[in-house]
Amino acid sequence: MTAFPRSTLAGSGRILAANGATLLLPRIPSVLRPETTLMAQAGIQPRAQSPAAHIRGVADAVRRRVLEHTLNNNGGYLSQACSSAEILATLYLSVMRLGPSQEPLDPRPFAGVPSSANPGAFTGAGYNGTKAPELDRFIFSPVHYALVLYSLLIELDRLGPDALDDFNRDGSTVELIGAEHSPGHEVTAGSLAQAISQAGGIALARRMRGETGRVWVFMSDGEFQEGQTWEAFAALAYHRLGNIGIYVDANAQQCDGPMDAVMGIEPLAERLCAFGAEVHEVDGHDPVALAAPADSAIERDRPLVVIARTDPCRGLEQLRERAPKLHYVRFKSDAEFATYRSLLDSLRAEAC
Amino acid sequence: MESVQRPHRENLIRWAASRPEVLVLSADLTSSCEADGFRDTYPERFFSMGMAEQNMMGFAAGLAREGFFPYIHTFAVFICRRPFDQVAMSIAYPNLPVRLIGFLPGITTAGGVTHQAIDDIALMRILPNMRILECGDATDVESVLDVAQDIDGPVYVRMLRGEVPRLFDPSEPLRFNRARVLTQGAEVLVLSTGICTEEAVRATQALRTRGLDVGHLHVSTLKPFDDPTVLEAIAKAKRGVITMENHSVIGGLGSAVAELMAERGLGVRLLRIGLQDTYAHGASRQYLMREYGLDAMALVRAVASLIGQPLALTEDDLAAVRLETMRQVDKTEDL
Ligand SMILES: Cc1ncc(C[n+]2csc(CCOP(=O)(O)OP(=O)(O)O)c2C)c(N)n1
Repeated sequence: MTAFPRSTLAGSGRILAANGATLLLPRIPSVLRPETTLMAQAGIQPRAQSPAAHIRGVADAVRRRVLEHTLNNNGGYLSQACSSAEILATLYLSVMRLGPSQEPLDPRPFAGVPSSANPGAFTGAGYNGTKAPELDRFIFSPVHYALVLYSLLIELDRLGPDALDDFNRDGSTVELIGAEHSPGHEVTAGSLAQAISQAGGIALARRMRGETGRVWVFMSDGEFQEGQTWEAFAALAYHRLGNIGIYVDANAQQCDGPMDAVMGIEPLAERLCAFGAEVHEVDGHDPVALAAPADSAIERDRPLVVIARTDPCRGLEQLRERAPKLHYVRFKSDAEFATYRSLLDSLRAEAC
Repeated sequence: MESVQRPHRENLIRWAASRPEVLVLSADLTSSCEADGFRDTYPERFFSMGMAEQNMMGFAAGLAREGFFPYIHTFAVFICRRPFDQVAMSIAYPNLPVRLIGFLPGITTAGGVTHQAIDDIALMRILPNMRILECGDATDVESVLDVAQDIDGPVYVRMLRGEVPRLFDPSEPLRFNRARVLTQGAEVLVLSTGICTEEAVRATQALRTRGLDVGHLHVSTLKPFDDPTVLEAIAKAKRGVITMENHSVIGGLGSAVAELMAERGLGVRLLRIGLQDTYAHGASRQYLMREYGLDAMALVRAVASLIGQPLALTEDDLAAVRLETMRQVDKTEDL
């Protein structure tokens, strides 16, 4: 027996409470709001599709766009798109209450770093809507996933279709490693594991102001190696912050390769649980399972964590040939390039 | 000019072969910091510490107390910022021989503000016991480990990765607390570090064709900062001194030179080229060097300002300068 509370996999996901008991939460995701509301939020026309099917479709479109970009630039954070596409699409389309984008479809150029001498500096938060007491906020932590977020914002019409032309271009805000002025970004997060604490401060401020909107944080599993993450979780639980929810892309990968060959973080669910969080472990490619824990009808007094178990090659079987080096994909030969090129063509044909 | 692919990667493998006491610690950036060759060649001396830099510093301190020589490999920002307290208390205070090998100096990366070490020299300089070395070319990279290993106590090395130019003759290795004298000159003195030296050479060669008597030293030891070569050159500079660094003008080379000049009463003007107390953003190195005034043209402007007259040099003139591998003009051993 370990000292950690154990639980079994139940339904679409397992749920651990701090006391070790298995929580019973509705299996049917009441959070999946009616299609029309979702669409209106995203500013797009309704389609004759279930919400989950729509999310899957958006996620696949994100994968194709990231693959296309990786081909055009012979390099990209491709496996991150494979692992996180459904998580991010579910957050935007089902979990978070966001207003329409406040920013132009063509991203503004870089306007200088923040300082009292530069009133023109801005963040990319406006792409996630206005800040309002009843609306949610999104804090994007592993900003090397920026290409995935930009691609999603394009699919959701929050960014224009050509926004990736600015990617990693001199003077642009569509940075390689997302900065706080990059579309969809709000805080400086690229020194990893700093965003969770900043999100904690935002959640605390919102609670003091009596705001009903929540704070959603997207994290990578590598961030759970940093001590700061655990300091943050201790503080979130100690201050009983129930207005914050964290989605983790548990793709078991990091720069040097598979996480268990670099530094273990498991059992992650039990560890987070012991730190006082409400933890759900779900299939990270299943929009229904991803959305279920975020049911806004439940009042919480502790942080919510959804560990999304994902596959870094999901939707692009070809990538598996490159394992265990998946962190940044650069094609090694013309033949490999051609293979991925024709893969993109067939993915496009399937999508039609 | 010749350039060398990943000189640190090969050099580390070769250099560590006869040094079983040398270990490498890595925080999930092993290939990015060119330590993958060491890891694969000496797996029993390589330790993966995960993305947890603060803890890694403590482990390095413990290993050093036990007689090992840990070589930390990660990006410079992740050595100097987050684990600053651990570096100061666990490593610098007890004067432990931990070697901190920091990559991506200044604006050499498109990774933006979180990856650009524009304050690392400043942060390491204020730590008692810490010594600081910075590489400017492949020859520096290939010889810096010897210099670091000879130092009794902690060393911070500002390292270059990837394709690195060969500016200096391989038979003239980096020497502790000894600047490389690239040109002699009595009018204006240029002191440059790191990647700025290549830019400075472009400008000084063009300036000399215009008849300007400009001296140029490449500095690779930033702490201690009492190199007699540097002092003598400053004392000779009639119109003034210009420092040029890929770092904030606060706390780095510019500050060190200002302190030295003030303390020795060397009363000429000092202009500091570097990031003017600002953060940067993600873009290409060339773009940022121009935007923040770290390029050859910026040096030409500074020289014009020092001598009080315009210099008819264009970007094209500077781009046309052919750079060859250089030998030091002056053997400084006997200084
Ligand atoms: C504090 C800090 N240390 C190191 C890095 C360099 N780095 C960028 S991504 C990464 C780890 C990648 O693993 P993970 O966060 O799980 O992302 P994924 O593998 O899903 O891309 C590292 C070490 C960083 N950005 N911040």
